[in-house]
Amino acid sequence: MKENLYKYILGIADNSLILGQRLGELCGHGPSLEIDIACTNISLDLFGQSRSYYQYAAKLKGNETTEDDVALLRTEREYVNLLLVEQPNRNFAHTMARQFLFDVYHILLLQELEKSHDLTLAAIAKKSIKEVSYHLRFSSDWVKRLGNGTDVSHDKMQNAIDALWTYTDELFHQTDADKAMIAEGVGVDVTKFKDSYEQKVAHILTEATLKVPENKWFQKGGKQGIHTEHLGYLLSDLQYMQRTYPNMEW
Amino acid sequence: MTTTEQQIDKKLIPILEQVSDPEIPVLSIMEMGVVRSAIIENNIVKVEITPTYSGCPAMGVIGDDIQKALLDAGYQSKIDLILTPAWTTDWITPKGRKALEEYGIAAPLDPIADKEALLDEKRIVKCTNCGSQNTKLVSQFGSTACKALFKCDDCQEPFDYFKCLK
Repeated sequence: MKENLYKYILGIADNSLILGQRLGELCGHGPSLEIDIACTNISLDLFGQSRSYYQYAAKLKGNETTEDDVALLRTEREYVNLLLVEQPNRNFAHTMARQFLFDVYHILLLQELEKSHDLTLAAIAKKSIKEVSYHLRFSSDWVKRLGNGTDVSHDKMQNAIDALWTYTDELFHQTDADKAMIAEGVGVDVTKFKDSYEQKVAHILTEATLKVPENKWFQKGGKQGIHTEHLGYLLSDLQYMQRTYPNMEW
Repeated sequence: MTTTEQQIDKKLIPILEQVSDPEIPVLSIMEMGVVRSAIIENNIVKVEITPTYSGCPAMGVIGDDIQKALLDAGYQSKIDLILTPAWTTDWITPKGRKALEEYGIAAPLDPIADKEALLDEKRIVKCTNCGSQNTKLVSQFGSTACKALFKCDDCQEPFDYFKCLK
């Protein structure tokens, strides 16, 4: 099996799955009906994208591995998503700030992945970009709306950005598998668009009258499977059906 | 890989036209541009379909419906889901666009029509109820992944807009 490629795919797929699950938690709990529907729509896009990646990963693994096995039957330490996407919803400002900080990154990543020598990954990326541009528009609109809103909404959005900032450096960390895939022209060298990411984020935050946080102490570990305490709870919810009724299908 | 030409055996077209999108029943999958190829090989029909959105929950049902329609016509079939080239709203046929409008869903216009509506720059999406262009975006995300929700400021009715995907 192509071990490095498998790991590389999971590194991208897990972000979509875990963020999709977080947004799915808002189903029936959104602050308004339209936002509820928007968050679950974005969740659906992300789940759809992660399915495409997991189907590919399952095929690489062989031995009749299914996409469900890969997506739903790993232990916490085996998930390699970014710490950012597993952070809980807390309040609506947190949910939108998390989405925004990820969406800016997600688009830049997919724009590069679209050029991958691996045609399956390139196809998934090409398909996903169209969807993610809607996500980014939605999340950056809300960052601006809350930032420019009342004192209360401004403070909540600033607090959310400040709290999540510590997870943003990890977006640009690369594992050995990532580096191996970059060398083969399959993976994306994310460090190349770090400046562009910072500029885009700063631009929207400034438009939203928000401050770019100055703290330089960053959390890491997600890409090595070392997660914050929040992921375990999320997984127990996500995996409940497959664990309780093994091999169930809809 | 980059071709957007559909390769569809003429004999199969009337059969495939009977299959509709379960979420937009007035639209056949042919008018939707979801079928990318359908050819007969060794008495088995091989069909390639492509999703409108990655997470479109209708794809499973569409695949099953195609197999059933072909079986009723005496064909065994194999369905493959393909991602390239990625689906675009340009593939909706003129007949399909008309069917959408009649059903009450505004057909896709321009990649930024809904953004402009949100920012109040340009109002170009026509109300499917009264035809007025005095409409505004309520939400970029509507009842399904492919639609946005609009409201008409003249007749006050809400309506769906099929998001432009290019």
